Amino acid sequence: MSDPSDHKSPPTAPIEVRFRGGGFAPRPHRWMGPVVFVAVIALLECGTQAGWISALTFPKPSDVLGAFGELWESGLLFQHLMPSLGRLAVGGAIGASLGIAVGVLIGLFSYVRAGMVPVVAAIFPIPKIALLPLFVIWFGIDEASKYALIAFGTFTPTVVATYGAVDNVDRSLIRMGQSFGLSWMSIVRKIVLPGAMPGILSGLRISLAIAIILLVAAEMLGASHGIGAYILQAGSLYDLERLFAGVVILSLLGVTLSAIIGQIERRLLRWRS
Amino acid sequence: MDIRLNSISHSYGDTEVLRDISLDIPSGRIVCLVGPSGCGKSTLLRLIGGLERPTIGKILQLGDPPQGCLNPLTYIFQDFALLPWRSVRGNISLVLEDHGIRGASADAIIEDVLARTKLSDFRDALPRQLSGGMKQRVAVARALAVKPAVMLMDEPLSALDSQTRELLMDDLVALWTRQPFTAVYVTHNLAEAVRLGHRIVVLSRRPGQINEVVEIDKPLADRGYGDADLEKTQKHLWDLMRDEARAADEELIDV
Repeated sequence: MSDPSDHKSPPTAPIEVRFRGGGFAPRPHRWMGPVVFVAVIALLECGTQAGWISALTFPKPSDVLGAFGELWESGLLFQHLMPSLGRLAVGGAIGASLGIAVGVLIGLFSYVRAGMVPVVAAIFPIPKIALLPLFVIWFGIDEASKYALIAFGTFTPTVVATYGAVDNVDRSLIRMGQSFGLSWMSIVRKIVLPGAMPGILSGLRISLAIAIILLVAAEMLGASHGIGAYILQAGSLYDLERLFAGVVILSLLGVTLSAIIGQIERRLLRWRS
Repeated sequence: MDIRLNSISHSYGDTEVLRDISLDIPSGRIVCLVGPSGCGKSTLLRLIGGLERPTIGKILQLGDPPQGCLNPLTYIFQDFALLPWRSVRGNISLVLEDHGIRGASADAIIEDVLARTKLSDFRDALPRQLSGGMKQRVAVARALAVKPAVMLMDEPLSALDSQTRELLMDDLVALWTRQPFTAVYVTHNLAEAVRLGHRIVVLSRRPGQINEVVEIDKPLADRGYGDADLEKTQKHLWDLMRDEARAADEELIDV
């Protein structure tokens, strides 16, 4: 390279510089998700129709759709769905709001942090389903024990996400608030909470998925109506079509909740790029 | 309102960062603090504004802040410290809300400071839409809104590129010429110090002590980019600092 004679003699024809900067940049492909769904369902349908997937392994997707239609027409769908949604809403709301409150307190006060973080760490790994008998004793066999189970299950992940989000609020913004003489309450309300909002919302996504899992668990253990009860009934009769119809409803419920949080994020976090 | 520092010393644990600093900040003038990195100049600024307490010594306010002053000691930060979820207007109204100034009286103040910083067309923009220079002008507007007695500027131009820095320096000079304000201006950039400082305080490396105080009598408005006499002062400052800056650079950080 340092040899001055190098650039005098043209040794070979010029080569275009090879591009090597591609990849590692996720791009949205809206159509890809539906395509995968349709392909998997079509494959299952073919397999069950042709017989290389036995009826005991997997029900025909068209039969599952039929079971779903039956549910809809008989009005049973809403008899099962409404109590489930109610439990999810009440339990999830209690758990999430208590979780956010405790998380913010942990983030703001070192005494609360020192006292509560070990407690939260201790109750986080307990499978909450194991506590259902205890909740039945405390709150009765009715709705209250189901609310408690869902609330308890959403509480811990919300706490952890919230105090992590409060910890991550830019300290220089808080320092700025103090330097302008803002009151403690103003700093919390106008700087800490909005700054923690992205973290709180992404924590809620996880908490609400856990809430759906616990909802089904609670309904399997003692409910006459509800998606969980419906799945349990179908399962004990080995009625795979109805079982899968129930599972599809749960999955749709999860997708809907996730979409709702996505909408809230888009609205509240418009300030992010 | 003047500020007086009475033999200030400050330590973090066993590390002494400032030693016996006595300094007067007269009203209506800009005092620049320069020194090698890690000499405690930003710490001194935090002490002056009451964001930290000095280990030894007192910082005194002499005289009353001017009429209508909402926040006598007001900072302008290196990283702008704008709330990303509030518009330009919202960021300025943030510091007025706590003083019960809302509605029309707040609008009047906001319009006034936006006009003075040439930001009137950007009142509804979000911080992420603004360039670094614009963000710092919003921070200046926010500081002006509380009618400070003393502006405490912590390397306000250090996060900006050199062209934006020149433009913003001209803006600051214009602001001062229209209405002289008191400021403590921390910088590591000697060109900024000689352009904006009436008095330049050179600190030694850690523990920071006052090495020399240089007065520049030339009016701010007459100083320009690359003035010969300013270059001379700048060279003098650099001669004072060079060896210390090198020694500071070679120091281990986590002592």
